[in-house]
Amino acid sequence: MKVMAQVAMVMNLDKCIGCHTCSVTCKQTWTNRPGTEYVWFNNVETKPGAGYPRRYEDQEKWKGGWTLDRRGRLRLKAGGRLRKLLTLFHNPDMPSLDDFYEPWTYDYQSLTTAPLSDTFPSARPKSQLTGRDMRPVHGPNWDDDLAGAAEYAAADPNLRGLAERVRLEFEHTFMFYLPRICEHCLNPSCVASCPSGAMYKREEDGIVLVDEDRCRGWRFCVSGCPYKKVYFNHRTGKAEKCTFCYPRIEAGQPTICAETCVGRLRHLGVMLYDADAVLDAASVQDDKDLYEAQLSVFLDPHEDWVREAAARDGIAHDWIEAARRSPVYALIKEHRVALPLHPEYRTMPMVWYVPPLSPVADAVHATGYHDDDPDRIFAAIDALRIPVEYLANLFTAGDTAVVEGVLRKLTAMRGHMRAKQLGDPADRRLLERAGATADGVEDLYRLLAVAKYDERYVIPKTHAEGSGALMAQHCSLDRPGGVADLASHDEVDPAPPELPGLAAPGGGAHFRDSDGQVRFNLLGWNGSAPAPGLFGGTEGSAP
Amino acid sequence: MNSWDLWWWVILPYLALVTFVVGHIWRWRYDQFGWTSRSTQLQEGRLLKWGGPLFHYGAFAAIAGHVLGILVPESFTRRLGIPENTYRWFSSVGGTVAALAVLAGVAVLAFRRTTVPRVRATTSPVDWLALILLAVVIVLGVIPTLGINLFGAGYDYRRSVSLWFRGLFAGNPDVPAITHAPLIYQVHATAAWAILAVWPFTRLVHAWSLPLWYLWRPYVLYRRRVPAHPAEPGTGGRRWRRIGVRY
Repeated sequence: MKVMAQVAMVMNLDKCIGCHTCSVTCKQTWTNRPGTEYVWFNNVETKPGAGYPRRYEDQEKWKGGWTLDRRGRLRLKAGGRLRKLLTLFHNPDMPSLDDFYEPWTYDYQSLTTAPLSDTFPSARPKSQLTGRDMRPVHGPNWDDDLAGAAEYAAADPNLRGLAERVRLEFEHTFMFYLPRICEHCLNPSCVASCPSGAMYKREEDGIVLVDEDRCRGWRFCVSGCPYKKVYFNHRTGKAEKCTFCYPRIEAGQPTICAETCVGRLRHLGVMLYDADAVLDAASVQDDKDLYEAQLSVFLDPHEDWVREAAARDGIAHDWIEAARRSPVYALIKEHRVALPLHPEYRTMPMVWYVPPLSPVADAVHATGYHDDDPDRIFAAIDALRIPVEYLANLFTAGDTAVVEGVLRKLTAMRGHMRAKQLGDPADRRLLERAGATADGVEDLYRLLAVAKYDERYVIPKTHAEGSGALMAQHCSLDRPGGVADLASHDEVDPAPPELPGLAAPGGGAHFRDSDGQVRFNLLGWNGSAPAPGLFGGTEGSAP
Repeated sequence: MNSWDLWWWVILPYLALVTFVVGHIWRWRYDQFGWTSRSTQLQEGRLLKWGGPLFHYGAFAAIAGHVLGILVPESFTRRLGIPENTYRWFSSVGGTVAALAVLAGVAVLAFRRTTVPRVRATTSPVDWLALILLAVVIVLGVIPTLGINLFGAGYDYRRSVSLWFRGLFAGNPDVPAITHAPLIYQVHATAAWAILAVWPFTRLVHAWSLPLWYLWRPYVLYRRRVPAHPAEPGTGGRRWRRIGVRY
């Protein structure tokens, strides 16, 4: 058993209004550079819809993620290691830029430089790849709000197994938004696919990153990720992906997408898990067992033995405490209302979703019933086969019972809180039928509805106490006797000798260089006084 | 041997070799970020599907053939009991297959690079230089393979070009051996030295990154967070300007 910590995210899809603020702020932060015009580390998809890149969920075509071989062992769906090396010069599973979209800008200059004319000048679209005129035919959210649903929504791979008749009916009644970032999986197939070993999962917080200095542009991470969340920078020739805003996470701040989320639907927190159990959990035979299997990998930070094991495996005390307060743990494991996106890819994703109840409730409203009538709404959940099956295809590899359970619990929460706030007697039957308790749904309500910043984002800071010495640019502090040399702090550091000829704002007259020599500090030198030790001198030889 | 020959067949090759070695050390140390294959599969896949594998696998075969023909002495194959005629037929047929693959591959790739706007837009001047040198070397290598050794009378380069080439590494190049070789071999060899000289400054460096380690490494890699030196202001972390990229 090896306890590891992972910073994970849960998104409450009921609250997503599809405003794309997360996408835009993410883009402004990370991908507003040449080469990444088409790259959206965070994108918001309308479901049902084709997604971005189009039909990325069709793994029979793209071969992303893992699969079980005939002997039940976990294998990359795109094939083995040798096959990867043999297809190094043309990756057969790689989506082309047209599967994302060709990025463009507009020739805005012509609006101001066009000569006087009877017709308005127009800004023509120009390709950001070639600078030539182009006709935009696709974008990252081309089918936003079911635009062109007849063409795009019908191409949604999650509609597999749903009858044509029902599908069309459901298109007129049902839609929700799915914000997507990198899943920072426990069993990342992009990392496993990278021939260069440039991709890695961070031990401290589980964030999956690309080492740009070691990436050689072999592109297998792009095709290996079933969520298609690793991108190829077409100018640098290197892979790039969602970084989970690791500089912010390290500082205890939420990711940009979470920070700027208008609906406040994102929760961030620490999950403790057993790294040794991941492979077995990802290898369970039935796709529908993957959700429970992943739940079994997570460890309960409220248990003493887990905390002891975590401390034994080097997880800091404040991280363990943060895991106890983790809103993500509460939603995933305690309340069991959050579900993983496409567990059947067997990557053990760590960005989970509370499935949307609102479209179901809306449908019930439309029939003239209140959504706090448990019989009515539970019946509606059952009757609305299509959304539940659709949601099951998204979140539970097709197991509708799990999704129904979650929707029942969310319904019970709404009914219970409505009764409570109106002063009605609590309906115990409602809670019982959803398998919930009054305390449980009230806590769930608090988390989903009123949790403040500190409760939604419980992110312990990275322990970087020892890194200061390495970060110092001009003088190494970890030399014997230096500031970072703990052994030397018993004795008083000998003060470096005073040097004449300077008034030194912002620094000493001299500093110790990385080679151990004391050098004259030109900052603050008046330019005329002598500058002893300008070219270095050992401590002894400095005057 | 006049001074021209000395310059052309001794000094230039050594200069190219030194540039090759020192250039690679420099690039490895200062430009890990620019060290990439710069794949354009994202922009264009249909032509690459044929051109990429044809060119690369053909090039592997051609390199293997050069090792056999140039680096392995004739006396060695003779001691193994391989008669001259067998060697010649093997090398002509094998060389022809490799030559055709490389030729077809480079033709597709050159067509792709010059006519597909998306690919053309990513091509830097040093890429063009490398592509032109490669084209010269390939065409001048294919002509003698097919024209002289397969269909023609044959020319035993192992008694001329090979002696000179191996002599370079022994510190004792046999200059007359190469000066008496047909002109086409001389130009081929010169262009090859030119490629070696520009190699470290082009995307050709990706050849040394063939990820064989992938065959036996664990699938999922973990790394600890490592604090790094902050970049010098304005350099983007690179102490020298990136090579071979226009942007």
